[in-house]
Parts: sequence; structure tokens; C-alpha cells
Amino acid sequence: MSVQSVLFDLPGPKARRRYRILAVVGSIGIAGLVVGMLWLLRAEIAPQRWVPFTDPVVWTAYVLPGLQATLLAATISVATAGVLGVLLGVGRLSHNRLLAAASGVFVEFFRAVPVLLMMIFAFYLFIFTRVFTGSAASLAGVVVGLTLYNAAVIAELVRSGVHSLPKGQTEAGLAIGLTRGQTLRAVLLPQAIRAMLPALVSQLIVVLKDTALGYIIVFPELLQSAQRISANYGNVIVSYFVVAVIFVLINWALAVVAGRAERWVGTRQSGTVMTATNEAMPPIPGLRPVQPIDQIDD
Amino acid sequence: MDRISQMLSDYNVLSAFWMTVQLTVWGALGALVLGTIVTVMRVSPVAVFSKAAAFYTNVVLYTPLTLIAFFFAFGVYMKMRISLVPLSSPHVTHSFLMGVVALAVYHSSLVAESLRSGINTVPAGQAEAARAIGLDFGQSLREVILPQAFRGSIAPLGNTMIALCKNTTVVATIGVAESALVMKEMIEMYADLIVPIFVIMATGFVILTLPLGLVFTWWSKRAAVLR
Repeated sequence: MSVQSVLFDLPGPKARRRYRILAVVGSIGIAGLVVGMLWLLRAEIAPQRWVPFTDPVVWTAYVLPGLQATLLAATISVATAGVLGVLLGVGRLSHNRLLAAASGVFVEFFRAVPVLLMMIFAFYLFIFTRVFTGSAASLAGVVVGLTLYNAAVIAELVRSGVHSLPKGQTEAGLAIGLTRGQTLRAVLLPQAIRAMLPALVSQLIVVLKDTALGYIIVFPELLQSAQRISANYGNVIVSYFVVAVIFVLINWALAVVAGRAERWVGTRQSGTVMTATNEAMPPIPGLRPVQPIDQIDD
Repeated sequence: MDRISQMLSDYNVLSAFWMTVQLTVWGALGALVLGTIVTVMRVSPVAVFSKAAAFYTNVVLYTPLTLIAFFFAFGVYMKMRISLVPLSSPHVTHSFLMGVVALAVYHSSLVAESLRSGINTVPAGQAEAARAIGLDFGQSLREVILPQAFRGSIAPLGNTMIALCKNTTVVATIGVAESALVMKEMIEMYADLIVPIFVIMATGFVILTLPLGLVFTWWSKRAAVLR
């Protein structure tokens, strides 16, 4: 249902006047809120607080290295989580009961445990066992935490992607003499992975946001940069604001890419994929009811 | 085994999880209220409201929760000197409340998205019928659309609540003594017990989130509008 068009009638003269009054009142209210906030923070956002950001050194010494660390951690995590996630997803679809059960337990466990706990655990484990030290341990901690959680999420995406494919795909694969494994690899997975592309890009947003949790295990990412800038220049609010803007811009760009991917996928494949992220995404309309793979095979 | 019991007597794991539960419950209530307001604004016929709501949802959705928590702890509480209780209250109370507000604000955007997807499950005929019998925007939203939308959005709302429960760990960054902070302290004091500590804390979260998921799945099936 297209919300905007059916929820209310085309406004008549009286309704238009009412909307206009509401719009004025609403604008004043929202503007008042923003102005009030800026007024209370007036000392914090005074011009001299912004001056450090005109200094190139602040960017080259703090902001850009922080951004680089954030992007590095996110990129490595996405790659490792993608590989592990597909393996787990396939494992869960497997007809080997032991493998399926093991993958299932792994996925459910790491979906239920907060990323931060995994990061803290991995970080200290690396420090104590001296596998990694210093900032390498921080990076490894962040990557391990993000990988485990997101691999579990991607495994669910793979599973729901395969389940959402039309029954005929499996039947056709089996009918031309492919084994179940071959059908999965050659027929179902390529389609499922393409169908989950938009959800995968959306998951990138979650990964990027979660790198900020590395703050607590002293990973030198963007928030840590803001922290250091504000320690040197005493501009807490401005530093965090700049970092927030960077995050919003990158994630907004990713969301645009996800939207494009969704349209692209929509034009060229038959199945749809239900997002399995815990950060709830709206279900895609027209979704086929999910069937267990065993029933599809029959 | 002795060291584990000694550690458990040094650190009160249960009270840490009690803090997690409190953060979850209050954060969820706040997120539901805020998210509903944002959703109503988002679908309202007044462009200013719907644009403001869309802007709010996207900005909050694209900002790490850690940053939002910092904003409330440093910006609102320390710099603006605004809090929900008198400023003379103990510092821990303020950290807790700012943690709750940060969780509520962050997850309100997820609630708003869930509700919007719920509204999308309501067939157009429902809204058209409501208009046809002469209900105005507020009435049709209150009496026809939102009740069905809530029922249709129980599953994504459940996912949001589970995410909220896990995200309460993030307010450790502003010094609320919940499970993640206690786990960090425990690991620093009892380095040799790092694996049992992780297993204990992780199990705590499994115990909290697993029933939550089951309840919401059951509820969403029960409440689903048959069409």
C-alpha cells in the first residue's frame, strides 16, 4: 500500500488551511527545538571550537587515520563474514544432520550474543595469549567480533534466500541429474546470493556502525580520533559532530547503493530474500512463504 | 572451580544483568513511544512533519549508537545540563538515564521502520474503506490502520527488541555498570578465567534473547491478520 496516496483524501480548502496551520506550528516547534539546543550548546559550538578543523594536521593526524582504521576493520570483517557466512548457510542447508545442527547452533549462538562482548573477549584473549599485541590486538578483536556476528546474520540470509527460490529451481536441477549438492552450488546459491545482495549492502551499514564499538577496546577508529582531538583542543561537541557527519554520509551512500542493488536484483531474478538482520528491516512485499528445504526437495 | 566461585562473589553478575534488563525495558518503552510518534509524523499529510520524521529516522539509523550515547552523556547531560531527574542526583543515576534515552532514541528509528513496514502490510482497501465511511486522517489511523499495522509489525518489532537487549551493552561506553562493563572488569581481574567468563556472560544473553525471540514469533503468528 502506498502510504502517502491512500491514507488521506486530496485536501479540500478547509483541510488545506488546517494543514497550513499545522505546518506553521510544526515548523515553529521543530525550529524552536533546534534553536534551543544550539543555544544551550552555544559555548561548545562557538567559532573558535571549529578552528582546529581548518588545520590540515587535525585531518591528517587524527580524522583520516581514524577513518582509514574504521574502513579497514569494516572491509576485512565483511570479507571474512561473507565467506564464513556462506559456508555456515550451506552447512545449515546440508542433509548431513550433524553438520546442519552444528551450523545451526553456531548461528543461533552468535546471533544472540552482543558484538561488544565478543570484541572484548577476543581482544583480551589475543592479549593474554600474545597472538596479537597493541593495536593489532584491537583490530583483531574488532574483526573477530564483527565477523562472528555478521557471519551468523549472512548465514541466515543465505538460508532464507535459498528457501525463497521457486520450487521448480530445485526440481529442474534434480531432473537434469545433478546431485543435491550440485543443485545447491550450481543452481540455488548463485540466485540466492544475488537475491541477498541488497540485504548484504544494508548489512555493511550495520558493520560500519559497529566498528565504533572498537572504542572500548582502544581501537583507533573514528570515535577514538574525535576523543583525541577533543582532548587536545577542548571541542568535544564539535569533534563528535564532525565524526557523526562522516558516519551519516558514508552510511547514506551505502543505503543509496543498497536501493540501487534492490532495483537491479528486482529486474533480473525470481526469488526474494527476507532480511535476517536483527536490526529489523522491513519485509519485502510479495515475499513467498518460507518452506523448509526438505519439503522443496520432495 | 574455587576461583570461579570466588570471582562470582567478587562481581555481582546477576545485578549486572538486572541492569541490562532495566535498560532493555525502559529503553524499549521509550523507543516504542518515540517510534510511534515518528511514524505518525512520517505518514501525516503535512509535509513538514513527514520530512522531519524521515530526516530524523535516517540520521539516527546511520549514526553509531556509541555516538548517540556520547551525545546524551556529554552533550545533553554534561554540557546542556539537562537530565530527567534533578541535577543533584548521583552521577550513576544520570548515566543510567542518559543510557536509556540514547537506547530509546536509537531504536525509535528501528521501531519507526518496523511500523512503517507494518503499515505497508495493511491493504489499501482498509484505508479506502475508512475514508469512504467518513473517517478523517486521525480517526482512520487510530481506528483502522495502526491497530492492524501493529499486528503486522510484531515480527520486526521483536527483532528490534532483541537488538535493543543486545545493544544495551553499548552504554558501557558511558560508564553504566551493565554486563559488558562488568565482564571487562572481571577479565582484567581474573585473566586466567577469560573463557568461563565469556561463556557465563554470553549464556546470560542467550537466556535473555532466546525466549524473547520465541515469544515474539509466537505472538506475531497469533496476531497476524488473516487475509
